[in-house]
Amino acid sequence: MPRINSPAELEEYRKELLSKTASDKPTIAICSGTGCNASGSNEVAATLEEELEKQGLSGHVEIRRTGCHGFCERGPIVVIHPEGICYFQVEPKDVPEIVSKTIKDKEIIERLVYTDPITGEKIFYESEIPFYKNQVRLLLGSNAKIDPKSIDDYLAIGGYSALPKALVQMTPEQVLEEVKKSNLRGRGGGGFPTGRKWEESRKSPDPIKYVIVNADEGDPGAYMDRSLLEGNPHSVLEGLIIGGYAVGAHEGFIYVRQEYPLAVENVNLAIRMAEEYGFLGKDILGSGFDFTVKVHQGAGAFVSGESSALMTAIEGRVGEPRPKYIHTAVKGLWGKPSVLNNVETWANVPLIINNGAEWFAQYGTEGSKGTKSFSLVGKINNTGLVEVPMGMPLKDIIFKIGGGIRGGKKFKAVQTGGPSGGCLPDELLDLGVDFDELTKAGSMMGSGGMIVMDEDTCMVDVARYFIEFLTDESCGKCVPCREGMRQMLKILTDITKGKGKEGDIERLEELAEVLSEASLCALGRSAPNPFLTTLRYFRDEYEAHIKEKRCPALSCKELIAYYIDPEKCQACMICSRKCPAGAIVGGKNQIHVIDQEKCTKCGTCYEVCPPRFKAVKKISGEPVPEPIPEEARTIVRKRSKKNG
Amino acid sequence: MDRKRVEEIIDKHDGDPSALIQILLEIQSENRWLPKEALETISERLQIPLNRIQHVATFYKAFSLVPKGRHEIHICMGTACHVRGAPRILEAVENYTGISPGETDLDLKFSLETVNCLGCCALGPVMEIDGKSYGRMTPSKVAEVLEDFD
Repeated sequence: MPRINSPAELEEYRKELLSKTASDKPTIAICSGTGCNASGSNEVAATLEEELEKQGLSGHVEIRRTGCHGFCERGPIVVIHPEGICYFQVEPKDVPEIVSKTIKDKEIIERLVYTDPITGEKIFYESEIPFYKNQVRLLLGSNAKIDPKSIDDYLAIGGYSALPKALVQMTPEQVLEEVKKSNLRGRGGGGFPTGRKWEESRKSPDPIKYVIVNADEGDPGAYMDRSLLEGNPHSVLEGLIIGGYAVGAHEGFIYVRQEYPLAVENVNLAIRMAEEYGFLGKDILGSGFDFTVKVHQGAGAFVSGESSALMTAIEGRVGEPRPKYIHTAVKGLWGKPSVLNNVETWANVPLIINNGAEWFAQYGTEGSKGTKSFSLVGKINNTGLVEVPMGMPLKDIIFKIGGGIRGGKKFKAVQTGGPSGGCLPDELLDLGVDFDELTKAGSMMGSGGMIVMDEDTCMVDVARYFIEFLTDESCGKCVPCREGMRQMLKILTDITKGKGKEGDIERLEELAEVLSEASLCALGRSAPNPFLTTLRYFRDEYEAHIKEKRCPALSCKELIAYYIDPEKCQACMICSRKCPAGAIVGGKNQIHVIDQEKCTKCGTCYEVCPPRFKAVKKISGEPVPEPIPEEARTIVRKRSKKNG
Repeated sequence: MDRKRVEEIIDKHDGDPSALIQILLEIQSENRWLPKEALETISERLQIPLNRIQHVATFYKAFSLVPKGRHEIHICMGTACHVRGAPRILEAVENYTGISPGETDLDLKFSLETVNCLGCCALGPVMEIDGKSYGRMTPSKVAEVLEDFD
């Protein structure tokens, strides 16, 4: 591929690409994101290739291994174009039928399409499935259309058209002005206005500046950035180059977690391709602007996602935060002005340049413009990645898109913002999701994790879980965070173990106040949020644990017991065989009894007891009923009576 | 891991001291742990004091200063997996292998680690062994999966 030297050459090349791809050629798109890979999409793709060969169709059908389609719950996902037929949970054994029926005879295989769980209606096309229908996928939408390893695919859908526009038709000041006008706010959590950050760096007199992509997505239960970087790395790269131009930086870094091997691979490949095509390097598209990008892999430290810590990590040192009296935009990487933005923020930039700030601002609310992607996970029916305009009510995201709670259980809370965020109860379901509304409710936007919890989730345990996570991830540099969190964790653990005392809640509140006032970085300052929100909305659960030694969600192990209802037990022996502790007494026709001394409360019996019996009970805050006397345990069945 | 290979990795990064973490990551992924000799070679070549290298090697989770087992078990403790019962999966694995997170058994068969979100939340709770994911785990399925490894 010869280097592209001007915008005209780029358009010429794009035309050529589009003319080569016949629009009616059948294309099979297979989601190859991490989620679908884990459920077997690699095997499906391999079988598909073999099968096309076998049925004499190789060369007539294109196979495209795309990025994440978002509907991870139903993976592996296969979409057949040009019709756009969507197949879910495809297994290798389904492949021969897909080729012979759908590809050859254009016949739809009903068992593989989406069935609406309520109406039972079969839905063939992505655009009609409720999960997709209610979203606005400005960023994530392209994932399903392209092979992330192919720069030509990105060019074919109009990629790298914002780059020449910015570099050739606009001055850096105009680019900056456009981004400022769009009111784009940082998608990494803080929500700081992107344009203002850029401007601060641009105005700084130092001639050497840096721009950085933060892809150290550490929040547990959040994987939007990974999917974007894996599925459409060029969109992030294009945004970064434009940002470099606006700020006056000639060097960029992409800091990506090593836990995301596919993202690392795809982004490295994207950089190589962009260099080859001339979108990176010297005199990009004849504009005179030079820009290079390096990838830095993070080695596993949550705190390194904090801007100043991330910059020290790129320098090859331990990624600990420093006080930011002077912003990193003025004094960051190697002491130079450095603009650090999150993956999603960068990916928004080409959209804004292409379509203009007004277009962008039509989405969202007064204070938060554009769309936001979330990973909708936990006890939800449609686990997956969603992208919605800012301001969409929580209940629409959870029920319309997410399809409600798994197993018909009751919604209890939704946790947003990762370990720095908070838990919101059902009375706040009408809340429109944007930066300011979430902060007002005591939570935060964060990077976009949205973890749904049902009635079986203990809120005290959730608070304990996040504090434990953060205690582990605290770098230990400042005392309030290091010691304060350790004490909070100890008290919370005691409460979940039934050792809570009067006054614990007040002590936790006191510690929380010190942490949020006196910690060095955002990790410590926001660490009490999960505790404070669960206390604010679920105080009764804390009190039940402390005063009654009862876990209302029947989740805290030390506070619950399992017991078999003798009225319901049919002596089927499934639980006694499966019990790893050998704690279930009882043989054939003998009502089973759990030996409470031996029981490890692993819950296996509860899980394996056939739903038609439902004999195993979980109880909390009450004594375990006495086992029935041995002589009363024999079950006399009707049939055996007859026979006997 | 022999010195020559370590030197090759260092050369690939032009002996640049700011590439320290990248060099350690490469050695870790090839050798699965960081032997002291390798750290000494890096210290010499990059002119970084050994104590600073130790600081980095112990700060980040990806590095191990002791040998790892033949099979690496990762239990996802991300929030989505947590609310779907990950602690019980971890306990079942601990009972089966006899080791706690961060440990390797005496036969060097299994190493156990907890990780914070593997990003396949739809399959939660998830356990990953040698890079392969096992989704929708239950405590009773743990033994079935682990039995197949030797």
